Amino acid sequence: MRRQAFLKTVLAAAVFPFAIFFAPAKAADQETIKVGILHSLSGTMAISETVLKDVALMAIEEINAKGGVLGKKLAPVVVDPASNWPLFAEKAKQLISQDKVAVVFGCWTSVSRKSVLPVFEELNGLLFYPVQYEGEELSKNVFYTGAAPNQQAIPATEYLMSEDGGGAKRFVLLGTDYVYPRTTNKILRAFLKSKGVADADIMEAYTPFGHGDYQTIIASIKKFASAGKKTAVISTINGDSNVPFYKELGNQGLKATDVPVVAFSVGEEELRGVDAKPLVGHLASWNYFMSLKNEKNDAFKKKWADYARAKKLPGVSKPLTNDPMEATYIGVHMWAQAAAKAGSVQTDKVIAAMAGQTFAAPDGFTVKMDEKNHHLHKPVFVGEIRPDGQFDIVWKTSGPIRAQPWSPFIAGNEKKKDEPSGRSK
Amino acid sequence: MVFRSLRASLLLCAAFLAQSAFGVTDLSQLADGDSAGKITALRQIAAQGDMSALPALEALQNGALYVVSPKDGKTRILIADATGAVMDAATGEHLPALPDAAESVTMNNRVRGALDVTLAALRLTSEDAETRLQAIRALKNNPEEKLLPLLEAALAKERDTEIAMRVRAVRALILLRSPEEKERLAAVRTLGKGSDPATLPLLRPLFVRDAQGRFLEPDARIRAAARQAVSAIEGRVQAGETLKRLFEGVSLGSILLLAALGLAITYGLMGVINMAHGELIMIGAYAAYATQTVTQRDLPMLSDIWLWLAIPVSFLSAAAVGVLMERLVIRRLYGRPLETLLATWGISLLLIQLVRTVFGQQNVAVENPLWLSGGLEIVGAQILPWNRVALIAFVALMLAAVAILLAKTRLGLFIRAATQNRPMSRCMGVPTRRVDSLAFGLGAGLAGLAGCALSQIGNVGPELGQGYIVDSFMVVVVGGVGQIAGAVFAALGLGILSKFIEGFAGAVLAKIAILLLIILFIQKRPQGIFALKGRFADA
Repeated sequence: MRRQAFLKTVLAAAVFPFAIFFAPAKAADQETIKVGILHSLSGTMAISETVLKDVALMAIEEINAKGGVLGKKLAPVVVDPASNWPLFAEKAKQLISQDKVAVVFGCWTSVSRKSVLPVFEELNGLLFYPVQYEGEELSKNVFYTGAAPNQQAIPATEYLMSEDGGGAKRFVLLGTDYVYPRTTNKILRAFLKSKGVADADIMEAYTPFGHGDYQTIIASIKKFASAGKKTAVISTINGDSNVPFYKELGNQGLKATDVPVVAFSVGEEELRGVDAKPLVGHLASWNYFMSLKNEKNDAFKKKWADYARAKKLPGVSKPLTNDPMEATYIGVHMWAQAAAKAGSVQTDKVIAAMAGQTFAAPDGFTVKMDEKNHHLHKPVFVGEIRPDGQFDIVWKTSGPIRAQPWSPFIAGNEKKKDEPSGRSK
Repeated sequence: MVFRSLRASLLLCAAFLAQSAFGVTDLSQLADGDSAGKITALRQIAAQGDMSALPALEALQNGALYVVSPKDGKTRILIADATGAVMDAATGEHLPALPDAAESVTMNNRVRGALDVTLAALRLTSEDAETRLQAIRALKNNPEEKLLPLLEAALAKERDTEIAMRVRAVRALILLRSPEEKERLAAVRTLGKGSDPATLPLLRPLFVRDAQGRFLEPDARIRAAARQAVSAIEGRVQAGETLKRLFEGVSLGSILLLAALGLAITYGLMGVINMAHGELIMIGAYAAYATQTVTQRDLPMLSDIWLWLAIPVSFLSAAAVGVLMERLVIRRLYGRPLETLLATWGISLLLIQLVRTVFGQQNVAVENPLWLSGGLEIVGAQILPWNRVALIAFVALMLAAVAILLAKTRLGLFIRAATQNRPMSRCMGVPTRRVDSLAFGLGAGLAGLAGCALSQIGNVGPELGQGYIVDSFMVVVVGGVGQIAGAVFAALGLGILSKFIEGFAGAVLAKIAILLLIILFIQKRPQGIFALKGRFADA
């Protein structure tokens, strides 16, 4: 069986270059609408991004099963930018100008989004970005289906400061060294200061992408925490560095009851490769958790499990869903709804039709695309890690909240308009 | 003393008397109350020393406590154990299965913290010394006055000097707030013998003046003792930190050495620029993963020792790939370093793609055995994680084995002879081709061992090797080509230096600084730390 699969792969690999060569000549363009998928399938971000490609394919299959969009089937074009930021821009250009896709679903890290942004703006493409990010950006060509800081980072920090969250007085802001952690920490520092936390009670530390040796950082966190005030860690570590970070945390005996760690980029998928027992009680803040109990989520989880089994995806023995997967799923469906409403897949018409789109999301709420600022109204949840790598929800908002892409905690933002410029084009 | 133990036993008696009255209500409060209610119930159990609550609390910690709340009847608390047996926590009655309406009792960190304290308080008098040690460790962060009688009782019974010392330290934390001067003075002196930095913020305020210029601690003797205690603890904490930093450096150095040792043989001794060295490490790591998967699926009786099995499997599989590489490609390219470089780079891409096809492109999970988690506590409450200690020991063993192999065995002699003067050794009857194969296989096998060890501390994915190839060449080149000892010095030196820089400049700058320093070093001393001298130096 394995051997057969292997032979098939070898054969596919041999035929692949020819397939690419002949593909543009196919006359099928008339009956299908091409949509691009731009996620790293290799490199340090593959741990997080691979499933987003799969869930986008699943949503596309679902839409096709119901007859597609405007009577045409959707044809996905998958490319692998390999966690290489300049390659993202190249692949985006290829998707828009060569493959002529109507829309692209993709990117995880902010640095990859920043890298493709000029491409989408110049070629008037359309990007759906499914991950929580630092805000400070609004482009008419991008729809942000993940959380802005006020939909994730700020509520989570408020929870840490509350009585139930442990009443933290000292904070370690720890992140991977790039634009998302740096900006988020800038916002958080301003927010903490507004709450009366002194600069001496905030420690900031950064590590390179793919960092694997967290001994020194955890030792300094321990030292920082021994000052007699309740200390919490806010982690914006991204990618597979989280595995050595949490392993070291457990081995150095830093327990959640002493120093809780709340993470903004760690969900069910990232915990797959980790023994979660020493991590019980550490937190994550998201707009969706797999453990949410509602009908929409049950249906979503079942759909995903069936899809993973049918496609024999890696990790099929334990199919997991997470927040960026949900955001991708919402994004694909909302785009299809907007295209149907606009009667066209032309970028400007779809952008106009996106305003106010709603979707009954797996988080249990009907989420709405804001009429102006290209962000979703989303509920916020804070969860604690369980021994099985799932999350117990310990705090939530009463309903969806509106995104503030321009955080009020960064000076100068109050003057910025809450909608992208160049809309009326 | 007599009075005190009398007081303690009286309190304990009171607690045992109270338990029958409170036990049941307490437990139901555990389940249906909100966080505050749960915490009150837990505190009460701890203060009473209610041993009968222990099974329910342990179940709560393991997520095996369930609550059934029918609309009319009384709330029932059920304990499910690993075998599926269900017991009513209040009555001890056994049930055939969990009722459908049963819901698991959930906690948040606040409740979990209170639960840890309560469990620790109850376990203080456990039979097992290790359990008692864990218990007193957990109590360290929560010195509550209510625990005093329990601590006294535990202390009266305790035979183990180390545990008794810790119990006294926790008692001292509580007595620091005692109204009696004698008790406070004794507490300060007890704490002064310890080395925990967490006690510093409690001791320092004792000799600080408030806004009116008055001391918070009225007694001058206690102030002096506190000052002395603080400086003694600070000294020990400092020593602990220095030790820890050194350990971190050695640990990083051992990882560098682990990755570079195989390369020190293939590149250092044989002169083959093997760009696929990182991929041989990756193959070792995947071999460990495969061993784990196979033992867990097919040979469950071996699943506790799979890591031991993985060591030879990793060595052999990487060595096999290495020998194959040497026979098929590298053999044809000896003496042509640029071509070897290109060819091995191609092989590395091939191997990455092969692993992606077979195992998938995502990282795989290699588990840590239980005995490798946790750590050893040293002075100043610093912890040396077992997996890193084990790694250092493993590298030391590997190094010794390689040294013996090269210095004492016939194969080692042949390898040294062939690398020093190939034509002459061939004249003397050394089968140089076979020796080359074996030496390359040995280098590859060592890379495989490195992969097996690295799977215990980091990620295992197809690109694993890419992260180590630069570091490995760095170590070998800095150490001096052709010398195993050079690699050892270079690895430890780079490890300690990089951890030292990281200590004050951060991880990002440390990485940059190390690369800069190496460039400068190579400019000054291109031959590395150690260089071969004599006629064969440039052969």
